[in-house]
Amino acid sequence: MNCGEFVELVTAFLDGAMDEPTELRCLTHLAECDGCETYLDQFRQTVAVLGEQPAQSLPTEARDQLRGAFRALWRD
Amino acid sequence: MAGARELPPDEVLVQRLRDGDEETFALVLDTWSGSMLRLAMSFVSTRDSAQEAVQDTWLAVIKGIGDFEGRSSLKTWVYRILVNTAKARGTKESRTVPFTSLLPEEEGPTVDADRFRAPGEPYAGHWAVGQKPQPWHIPEDHVLRGEVREVIAEAIDELPPRLRTVITLRDVAGYGSEEVCDLLEISPGNQRVLLHRARALLRRKLEKYLSGAHDVAGGRGRA
Repeated sequence: MNCGEFVELVTAFLDGAMDEPTELRCLTHLAECDGCETYLDQFRQTVAVLGEQPAQSLPTEARDQLRGAFRALWRD
Repeated sequence: MAGARELPPDEVLVQRLRDGDEETFALVLDTWSGSMLRLAMSFVSTRDSAQEAVQDTWLAVIKGIGDFEGRSSLKTWVYRILVNTAKARGTKESRTVPFTSLLPEEEGPTVDADRFRAPGEPYAGHWAVGQKPQPWHIPEDHVLRGEVREVIAEAIDELPPRLRTVITLRDVAGYGSEEVCDLLEISPGNQRVLLHRARALLRRKLEKYLSGAHDVAGGRGRA
């Protein structure tokens, strides 16, 4: 396996979505390629930062309207 | 997941919603609306339209909770209503995002070919001299980390819609690959291609930002 092939397999590798021989080839490639090890690590960090995205929220007005709609349904 | 709170199990949630427990409704409303807004943005063209799609979804949920049969999780059910609502709006705005097959621009390498040694050279396909990724240090500092998150938020907004949808579901909202395939009705293979492309694009943005930030010591990096 070369680096150009490895970089296309990172998501499958992280998802555990590859057959055993391919996974083994990835592991042996990583063991001797610090460039790809770094690439993999950067992918992981990118995913981690994505998971930290601050929540957006509905405007208060919309939120209040929805709560009102919920309440109204139960008042009927 | 930012801002996520522990929700009670589905049976409890559904029962409380059916009993008209407004606090429970407010809890799910506040917990899910953020990622629903992001998701809706992939299908429609404006923030307002995304907001309306989310509102319409909640109204449908309020009216339809009695019909929920529990064959999927409550969250998947709500998100599926959202996907359909947002898709319908997107179609009206002629901004459809069909997922049936990959587009030509979604195939091919995700890393610039000239970062690797050319075919025929010794070690062809391995990182070329000076092109190897350099280790990063995403700053621990609260402010700087906030900047990194902002760079990522902007980069998500710039992604082509299909890539944005998949990465939002997987990495921002924290869904598993099976759920995403189910929600968007795409094959596991296509899901992975789209996710991988989106991640590779964002990694590249971060690489650019972080290498720029290192040059300008203490200053804002060039994005």
